Amino acid sequence: MAETQEKIVYQRPHSLAPVVTNYCPGCTHGIVNRLVAEVIDELGIEGETIGVSPVGCSVMMYNFYNCDFLEAAHGRAPAVATGVKRVHPDKVVFAYQGDGDLASIGMAETVHAATRGEKITVIFINNAIYGMTGGQMAPTSLPNQVTQTSPYGRDVSTAGYPVRVCELLSSLDGVAYLERVCVDSPKNIRKAKKAIKRAFQNQIDGVGYSLVEVVSTCPTNWGMTPTDAFEWMRNNMLPYYPLGVYRDVVADGFANAAEAAAARAAECPIAMAQNPQLDEIHAANAARVEGGDR
Amino acid sequence: MSEKVLMKGNEAIAESAIRAGCRFFFGYPITPQTELAAYMAKRMPKEGGTYLQAESEVAAINMVYGAAAAGARVMTSSSSPGVSLKSEGVSYIAGADLPCLIINIERGGPGLGSIQPSQSDYWQATRALGHGDFQMVVYAPATVQEMADVAYGAFDIADKYRTPVMILGDGMLGQMMEPVELPERKTDLPEKPWATTGHGNVRQKNIANSLYLDAEELEKSNIARYERYDQIKANEQRAELVDCDDADIIIVAFGASSRIARSAVRAAREEGIKAGLFRPITLWPFPVDALEATKAHAKAYLSVEMNMGQMVDDVRLVVRDAAPVDFYGRVGGVIPTPAEVLNKIRQINEGLGE
Repeated sequence: MAETQEKIVYQRPHSLAPVVTNYCPGCTHGIVNRLVAEVIDELGIEGETIGVSPVGCSVMMYNFYNCDFLEAAHGRAPAVATGVKRVHPDKVVFAYQGDGDLASIGMAETVHAATRGEKITVIFINNAIYGMTGGQMAPTSLPNQVTQTSPYGRDVSTAGYPVRVCELLSSLDGVAYLERVCVDSPKNIRKAKKAIKRAFQNQIDGVGYSLVEVVSTCPTNWGMTPTDAFEWMRNNMLPYYPLGVYRDVVADGFANAAEAAAARAAECPIAMAQNPQLDEIHAANAARVEGGDR
Repeated sequence: MSEKVLMKGNEAIAESAIRAGCRFFFGYPITPQTELAAYMAKRMPKEGGTYLQAESEVAAINMVYGAAAAGARVMTSSSSPGVSLKSEGVSYIAGADLPCLIINIERGGPGLGSIQPSQSDYWQATRALGHGDFQMVVYAPATVQEMADVAYGAFDIADKYRTPVMILGDGMLGQMMEPVELPERKTDLPEKPWATTGHGNVRQKNIANSLYLDAEELEKSNIARYERYDQIKANEQRAELVDCDDADIIIVAFGASSRIARSAVRAAREEGIKAGLFRPITLWPFPVDALEATKAHAKAYLSVEMNMGQMVDDVRLVVRDAAPVDFYGRVGGVIPTPAEVLNKIRQINEGLGE
C-alpha cells in the first residue's frame, strides 16, 4: 500500500491568533491582517514584533495577533510606535491605520514620524470612508462620493479634496519606501504581500520609514456586495490613487533614507557640514549598545 | 557623598529624573518650562537616552504612552496650555495602567493666559486631566530641593502603582535658583513583566490597552484601579506642618504660595497670633489625615493660593463644619505678598476674639 504523503499548503499563520475578528464579510482588513501575519511568520519575527493598532475597524487588532500589541488613541499610532521604537530600537514595530486615523486626525503624527525617519513600518488601509462609525466622509473620500456626512456627494467646493498619502509623503527625506497596492485579486494580493514584506525588511535593515498603502473597500458602508465594491474601487479609486512605488531609496541606489537625504541636500553647506560633537555622541551610544548598557 | 549645586527648579527636576533612571523625554517647547527641556536636550544624548522634540504636545504624550508601555522610565514636561493638550494621552495612559512622569510648570490661564506663575491648574491636576474616571498622584514641591526629591521618587511611585504621576510646579519655582543636593544614581530599576517588549517566544503576549467593549469588564477594570487608589490614599499622603500643634489659625498653602504663607505665619507668630502652616506636598492624594488631626484645636482655616480658589474645596471637604474656611488668592501671574496674607490672618484673628 502506498504511503500517503501530507503536504500543508495553507494554514493559519502562527502570529495570527485563532479568534473571530470583528470585520464585516467581504472586508479587505481580513486579507491584509493575514498578509501581515504571513510576513511576520516568514521573517521569523513574532517574538520581536510589537504592533500598534489604531482607532477604527481594526481597533481590536491586539486580539487578532499573537505578538505584543498596543492600542493607540485615534491618529496617534505613529507617535506611540515612535515611543516603543525609541525604547527598543532592535525590535520590529509596526502601526496599522485606516484613512481617518492616519490622514485626518493623525496627519501631524504621520507626517512627522515620516520626516523624522522613524524606523517603523506603517500599513495604511485606504477605503475612502470611516467604517467603524458608520460611513462618514473620510480624508480620502472621492469627489462626489456619497457618505453619511456628504449625503449629496463630496462637495469639493466646501469639503475640499482627498489626500493622496503616498504622493504627500514622497517628498519627505526620512521616508525610505512607499508603495500603493490593492488586494482585489490573487495577483494583486501577492504583490501586496511582497510590498508589506519589503516594508518590514526595511525596518530590520534600518533603511528608514516605510509605508504600504492598501487601496481597500468597505462593502458595508459603501452599500455594495464585496465584488461590486472591488469593481467600484477599480473604476473610481485606482484612477485617483494609482498603484505603484512612490519612493524607494534602495532602488534609487542608496543604502538608506539618510544617504538619499544627504544626496538631496548636497548643495546645503550646513546640512553637509562635519559635526564632531554629534559623531562623538553617536559613537558613544553605539558603544553603549554594543556593551549591552542601554 | 551627594553633591550640592546651585540650580534652577526646572533643571533640578531634569537632573534628578535622569538619576532616577529616566532615559526618555518627549516634549514640546513652552514657557515657563523651557529650561527643563533644554537641560534634557543637552544631557540625554550623553546618557545614551532619548530627547525627542515632538511635533505637538499631543504627539509627545503619546510617545510617552508608547515608551511607558515598552517598559521605560519616561517623562514629559509642559506648562498649562500644553498640559491641556496632553490630557487625551494622560487618560489613555491611566486607562492602560502605565507609569510615567508629567511635569506642569504652571502659568496663568485660562486660554493663552500669561507666562507668569500661577496655581490655577489645581483642579485640572487633581480632578480632571482627561476624560473618564481616573486620578493620578500629584506632587507640589515648594523648593528646588523638593523638586529634585519628588522627581527622584516619582518614578518609583509610578511603577509601584502603575499610574501616571504629576509634579505641579509653577514659573516661579521652575525658574528660581537654590542650592540643591542631588541624589545618587539609581541602578536597580524594577522589572516590568507586563511591558510590550516583544514576547521573544518565551511568554504570552502583552497588551497595552484601555478599550473594553464589554461593560462589565470595563467596570471591573475601573474598580480594580480604584482599589489601587485606596492604597495610594492610605500610603502616599504627604504634608509639612509648621507650628500647627497649638495653632488657632491654620494657613493651608502649597508650592510657591506656601513660601509666602510661611513668611506670613512667622510674622503672625511674632505678633502673638497662633498661626500655623499646613503645606500639602501631595495634592492627590490630598493629605486628609494630617489635616483632619488639626481640627481638634484649630479655630479657623485660610487657604492661600495663586488662583481664584481651588484647593480650598479640598480643605472644606476635610474641615466641614468644624471651623470656618477662608480663602485668599491672587491670579494672572500676580504673586501674593506676605503682608497681604498677614493682613488676612489678622482679620481672621480679630474675628476669633468676637
